[in-house]
Amino acid sequence: MSAAAATVTSSTTGGCEDRPVLRERGQHSVFCGLTGVVWLHRKIQDAFFLVVGSRTCAHLLQSAAGVMIFAEPRFGTAIIDDRDLAGLADANDELDRVVTQLLERRPDIKLLFLVGSCPSEVIKLDLSRAALRLNRQFAPGVRVLSYSGSGIETTFTQGEDACLASMVPVLPQTDASQLLVVGALADVVEDQFARLFAAMGIANVRFLPPRNSGDLPPVGAATQYLLAQPFLADTARALEQRGATRIAAPFPLGVEGTTLWLQAAADAFGIDPTRVRAATDMPRERGKRALANYRDRLAGKRMFLFPDSQLEIPLARFVSRELGMQVIEAGTPYLHRAHMADELALLPAGIQVSEGQDVERQLDRCRDARPDITVCGLGLANPLEAEGLTTKWSIELLFTPVQGYDQAGDLAELFARPLVRRTRLAV
Amino acid sequence: MKLTLWTYEGPPHVGAMRVATAMEGLHYVLHAPQGDTYADLLFTMIERQSKRPPVTYTTFQARDLGGDTAELFKTAAREAYERFRPQALLVGASCTAELIQDDPGGLARAVALPIPVVPVELPSYQKKENWGSAETFYQLVRAFAGPQAPKPGTQRAPRPAGQRPRCNLLGPTALGFRHRDDVSEITGLLDRMGIDVHVVAPLGATPADLATLGEADFNVVLYPETGMPAAQWLLRTFQQPVVKTVPIGIGATRDFIAEVAGIAGVDATAVLEADDSRLPWYSRSVDSTYLTGKRVFIFGDATHAVAAARIAAEELGFTVVGLGTYSREFAREVREAAARYGVEATITDDYLEVEAAIAAQHPELVLGTQMERHIAKRLGIPCAVISAPVHVQDFPARYSPQMGFEGANVIFDTWVHPLMMGLEEHLLHMFRDDAEFKDEAGASHLGSHAASRPVEATPEAPEPVMVAERSVAWDPAAEKELKKIPFFVRGKARRNTETFASDRGIATITVDTLYDAKAHFGR
Repeated sequence: MSAAAATVTSSTTGGCEDRPVLRERGQHSVFCGLTGVVWLHRKIQDAFFLVVGSRTCAHLLQSAAGVMIFAEPRFGTAIIDDRDLAGLADANDELDRVVTQLLERRPDIKLLFLVGSCPSEVIKLDLSRAALRLNRQFAPGVRVLSYSGSGIETTFTQGEDACLASMVPVLPQTDASQLLVVGALADVVEDQFARLFAAMGIANVRFLPPRNSGDLPPVGAATQYLLAQPFLADTARALEQRGATRIAAPFPLGVEGTTLWLQAAADAFGIDPTRVRAATDMPRERGKRALANYRDRLAGKRMFLFPDSQLEIPLARFVSRELGMQVIEAGTPYLHRAHMADELALLPAGIQVSEGQDVERQLDRCRDARPDITVCGLGLANPLEAEGLTTKWSIELLFTPVQGYDQAGDLAELFARPLVRRTRLAV
Repeated sequence: MKLTLWTYEGPPHVGAMRVATAMEGLHYVLHAPQGDTYADLLFTMIERQSKRPPVTYTTFQARDLGGDTAELFKTAAREAYERFRPQALLVGASCTAELIQDDPGGLARAVALPIPVVPVELPSYQKKENWGSAETFYQLVRAFAGPQAPKPGTQRAPRPAGQRPRCNLLGPTALGFRHRDDVSEITGLLDRMGIDVHVVAPLGATPADLATLGEADFNVVLYPETGMPAAQWLLRTFQQPVVKTVPIGIGATRDFIAEVAGIAGVDATAVLEADDSRLPWYSRSVDSTYLTGKRVFIFGDATHAVAAARIAAEELGFTVVGLGTYSREFAREVREAAARYGVEATITDDYLEVEAAIAAQHPELVLGTQMERHIAKRLGIPCAVISAPVHVQDFPARYSPQMGFEGANVIFDTWVHPLMMGLEEHLLHMFRDDAEFKDEAGASHLGSHAASRPVEATPEAPEPVMVAERSVAWDPAAEKELKKIPFFVRGKARRNTETFASDRGIATITVDTLYDAKAHFGR
């Protein structure tokens, strides 16, 4: 909601985890789900993301993505104008025309996502029906799917959730036992995990999203899925409707998180513990050595996390348990209790978890706390730096490979660098 | 519905933000869905502003749409007033809020705040960013200066004797292309002419300052895209004359001085004589001879594109081969300018059309926005940036105006440096058989690892658009002769020769064809 109903309520959660959570409703300084297009189009290399929206949507995407470096990016916006608002039948014809124009220009595209936006939802333009219609027209060369990345429905990373959930109904069926790793990871990280699972003896491992639309992983009742990202509530629900079961685990951030994540998969597949250790001992020790370099610099430093990607709670767990940092507040746009249960169990007491946002009040709390480092969005970073607070841009956590043993040191370095910079500068 | 991969202008409410962020003591309450706060980063990251833009967003979500978004807006307006205590509130809607028709102006009035509230209605599905800036600034000027307006028909009182003439500088905003430095440069120039600047707006002005705009003797519109509607209203309401010449380039700066002097009734002879810009002499200096007739393609906002064309043609001796703008509101002015240079204006906001127009002209220099910089890079053509939309590079740490005499110096350097320096070009040609100048030698400033120049990095690497035209064959001897031409002009020689051959129905290019073409195209 807005700066409006911003009554700060402190309540305790139900269930097993008895941590007070600060819930706020006010101005949310967050991206909408359209932003996910920026990393998803790079992950699925023959997909095009067509946002059906306004000039604002197009402007957001190009501002967040540095579009100019592409000769022709694999994402764009069908900008709704006055004529489309006059009548809906018209808007559907217009969309068909734009899609036809696009696919003629880009024969390399095999998967087209129609991405809903705030305006398309407010005028109730039914993109799922449009996708069905266009699918009939362009099959079998191009598959057309739809999802909503609108700000009224999704916050930042929830756009990826909506995208992956839209793919689940079209995944092939399988009855074979398999592990499905869910959530976009950098290719290098995905390859590392594939090697580790193979070494542990889990033979049949697939990843969603795939790197290519021709390589959709199958799913079925013998599929166990493991979330690699914490923001995939709808995707998880869709996978369960296809019969898959979730392997509960913390998320693979840091050495400890990665170990518990791999361990959960190994347990689910009945892998012998000695075999797990044999596969993971070396990279785990390497990860610990990498972290040791940063622990000295970061231990005792106080951190404040603004809500952004839903990675905040796993990050707070990682920096407090593995780097000895003291987290003052871990804000998350949305708290999924089931998926976050293992993380919350590990999170040290005394860390204030907040859900939702009233950015002005949160800034007041942040200024009062004077943290050593503040993790926040790009709109807030420079103003806080100008006030003397050191910041780390949270968006980099989505664009940089940070999961797994061999990236644990890189993740710590992301927080160490702004602090080191402060100590170097004499101006 | 229009397929858009990249756009030169944002939505009109971003234009309103550029005005609000430029001003002091004004706060903008924007009815907008969650996610529209992305616009903050334009100011904090691109312009490196040290403060958040003075904007409160309602950030409504789906669950609010079933409830009371109007109440949400009223609460946001009330809380913004209480927290920021501005002199005035600007209220409006972004594209999605426009669809739910909550009437921010009416709602804000209902809150009955003790400060003025200015509503702006910006039709998001018709208009764009610059229009949004212009309309917002116009509405603010009307709202604050309006109450001071004299009765219609009242003559302006003459300036008291002994008081220097005063003018307002209208148009500079946040996220403007070099607005900060242009304002300093023109303020200094006017001061040397004996003229004071009364108010600069919107940049740095408060609502209270806007209320005094009518006290100045005349207005200078630095950026017509954002400042002209307000200036025209001030002309009608306060009979304040408007200086319309935009002082970018030597000629335009001199014309500007003359126009200002006429309106202000001052003698500008001394200022014109004291002009110490280096551009005229540098341009006449013999090393600039190589600039003669360089083919230049120009694209940007209308003001900067038209100014650039004049500088290119009259002050650097280039040949303008293309001129265009994304500012449809100023299409007429750009078409008139294009006609003066004998070219067809490119009026479009589709960068793929601009790219095609550039590729078709084979220019030797592109003057454009950051997008044309990328296009030029892909086509292997030197480029300089002359216009918004802005990029972090367009906020240099050093003083670098575009306007006035110093602006002309900045422009000379900015445009000429991307071209290979004339003397270097001659030397390379003279010594082209020397070992270090052979084609494979990399640029000397790149260090030893750049020693072997990959063939595809040379400018002659064929662009796709040209492959289709290549219907003529090259005789091996002619191909060998072509290799003797320095790599940086070889692409052009190849293209010219092929055009020459195909125009004359020559199927195979021989050494003679090559030299016939050279004679034909030589200048």
